Amino acid sequence: MKTNSLDSLKTWAKSVRSDSEFRITILACAGTSCLSSESDLIIEMLQAKIDEHNLNGEVNLKKVGCLRFCGEGPIMFIEPDNITYVRVAIKDVDDIFTKHILEGTTITRLLYTSKKNELIESYENMNFFKKQFRIALRNVGDIDPRNIDEYVAQDGYKALGMSLLEKTPDEVIKIVKESGLRGRGGGGFPTGLKWAYTAAVKSDEKYVICNADEGDPGAFMDRSIIEGDPHSLIEAMTIAGYAIGANQGYIYIRAEYAISLEPLNIALNQAKEHGLLGENIFGTDFSFDIGIKLGAGAFVCGEETALIRSMEGHRGEPDKKPPYPSESGFRGKPTSVNNVETFVNVPAIILNGAEWFASFGTERSKGTKVFALAGNVKNIGLVEVPMGTTLREIIFDIGGGHPENKTIKAVQIGGPSGGVITEEYFDTPIDYDSLTAIGAMMGSGGLIVMDEDSDMVEIAKFYLDFTQDESCGKCTPCRIGTKRMFEILERLTNMEGEPADLERLETLGYNIKNTSLCGLGQTAPNPVLSTMKFFKEEYEAYAYRTKRTSYAIEGKKCIGCTKCARVCPVNCITGKVREIHTIDESACIACGACYDACPTQAILKP
Amino acid sequence: MQLREILGKYPKTEDYLIEILLDYQKTKIHHYLSEEELKEIAEHLNISESKVSSVMTFYTLFSMKPKGQYVIQICHDVPCYVNDQNSILKTLTNLLNIQVGETTEDKMFTLEYTSCLGACDKAPAMRIGEKTFTALTPNKVKAILAEYRGKKHA
Repeated sequence: MKTNSLDSLKTWAKSVRSDSEFRITILACAGTSCLSSESDLIIEMLQAKIDEHNLNGEVNLKKVGCLRFCGEGPIMFIEPDNITYVRVAIKDVDDIFTKHILEGTTITRLLYTSKKNELIESYENMNFFKKQFRIALRNVGDIDPRNIDEYVAQDGYKALGMSLLEKTPDEVIKIVKESGLRGRGGGGFPTGLKWAYTAAVKSDEKYVICNADEGDPGAFMDRSIIEGDPHSLIEAMTIAGYAIGANQGYIYIRAEYAISLEPLNIALNQAKEHGLLGENIFGTDFSFDIGIKLGAGAFVCGEETALIRSMEGHRGEPDKKPPYPSESGFRGKPTSVNNVETFVNVPAIILNGAEWFASFGTERSKGTKVFALAGNVKNIGLVEVPMGTTLREIIFDIGGGHPENKTIKAVQIGGPSGGVITEEYFDTPIDYDSLTAIGAMMGSGGLIVMDEDSDMVEIAKFYLDFTQDESCGKCTPCRIGTKRMFEILERLTNMEGEPADLERLETLGYNIKNTSLCGLGQTAPNPVLSTMKFFKEEYEAYAYRTKRTSYAIEGKKCIGCTKCARVCPVNCITGKVREIHTIDESACIACGACYDACPTQAILKP
Repeated sequence: MQLREILGKYPKTEDYLIEILLDYQKTKIHHYLSEEELKEIAEHLNISESKVSSVMTFYTLFSMKPKGQYVIQICHDVPCYVNDQNSILKTLTNLLNIQVGETTEDKMFTLEYTSCLGACDKAPAMRIGEKTFTALTPNKVKAILAEYRGKKHA
């Protein structure tokens, strides 16, 4: 049935049976991370039990998108009991059904244990969730992404109706401008301005493109949104189409995310059936359709001009700007390219007003940001917090600090375009500008916590290896420069470098930044330059060749207990009982197993 | 599926080159496209062979050389790195006796790097085909390889 007024949308929303009308509702996470721990099978088995006992009328098992606390997955929220189960396994299905669903008792072994060893029943009381505030992820994990009714019941498509039926395109752009929303994909360009530029160009055809080519290491928020709340994206893109005067949108998604396409395709079809996408949306004369274009494994395609080239079936090489895509983009027509997380903020802004959105965040960065917290930290997962939250709050309050209480040395933010932030800056309120000021970058929001064992030169080399490999090769500074930087780093870590290499790295880094064609090259040296700034001594240890690369045994402390030799996965430790052991340095893979096993601290770290 | 069938699914414009290549390569057991197939695609879309080849060599998901039946992709990203991906990589190269980018002699396995698999919370991770393996240890890798080797003899 087609929806053609806000009233009919309201009636539809009211007709949806809400979770509270069921005796029990189970939100079972089917996000990527939980799926890798067989959550789909767990859900299927539980549903089979519910079917078998004819309990579908009172038990509402929902396969939802990411519940964010990925490190504790597979995870389940049970309402109205307000119980959260973590690390659920197939063997727990029987107990969840019999003990919890039928008998109403809580299964304590599935509760979350805090760092202080307390059992916590509800996610609301977990530090991981307490400081979070959701705008972009507002529906992710709450609704069944395959059911449009649930989205509509959460005021879904109301913002689209309000835009088409009550506002002019200029008014929509004005609201987005006033909200202060900036691009969440990395650069932080004001979204309203981008739309205004595209709207201002006269053309018979225009395009709205959603950049879902999420390639930053450690960042998976866009994927979670597409899988967990696809209708928000569809609604937002349609609003953008109305605002700039486009009738066609495309979602450019990396082929590695092929699994995410299933909920998205279902959502596109549902939206069309209900007249919320396609011809004459909400009964107006505005028509808009959305197609999907696949990437094929090229990081540079996250850059908007490269993305457009790739969509046209070419090599994904960036073009020089200007002209900007807002003038000449896809097929030479005016095009607005925005990222997934940016888009899904839009319906919330239209519904609640620009002032509401601008009341969160800092002076020049409004709203929230989703971070993917990973690395050496206890609580791993997706974190949405208001802009201006400090890193200390994210790492220690939400993240719970280091799992074994080791010292946290630095945090890498912004992936291969970003840099490291050291402890002295952990109290900086983070927004686009404060991060740039300390030599890092918001990027797409990957936050990787690194402890005292991390080798910063190796990490910088890692990113350079990535960027020199992903450099498209069009411009010389990036193609050759990043390769040379990588070679210098390799020389250093192979103990073949020299002190002058440090100066070379720095000079090369600044030259590449200043002269590359696109954002990839302009930011590629950041991981090196920022680690050099904060961890110069680690670079010097390599440059002056005073660094060891494998573990070693300090003879006078070794008691010959053989514990190290027994845990070594590559059997490179030799020695008889009660005699001093030795490590074959050429075979050592530096895994640290011996270090952890040694009772007398006789093992020396590299 | 035949190449003709796949070509028929898409509009005859070069916009769809990447989709066609992805779709067809998926049907091939050794994950690559031959020169003849490349030629047929070029003719169909009325573009030059060098255009198709330049696109294929640009994107990492395409190959013009046969790969192993199982492509092992190790996540090549920092969250995995800080969680000791190195020992996983060494275990794999030792057990398979190949380096990253190479294929075993029996055409069973190819070892490659991949960008983030989004499994950072359970790092280190790798993927074989569509299946992702997480929280890897050297011993777990041994067991996984043994399982896949077993499939060959089964």
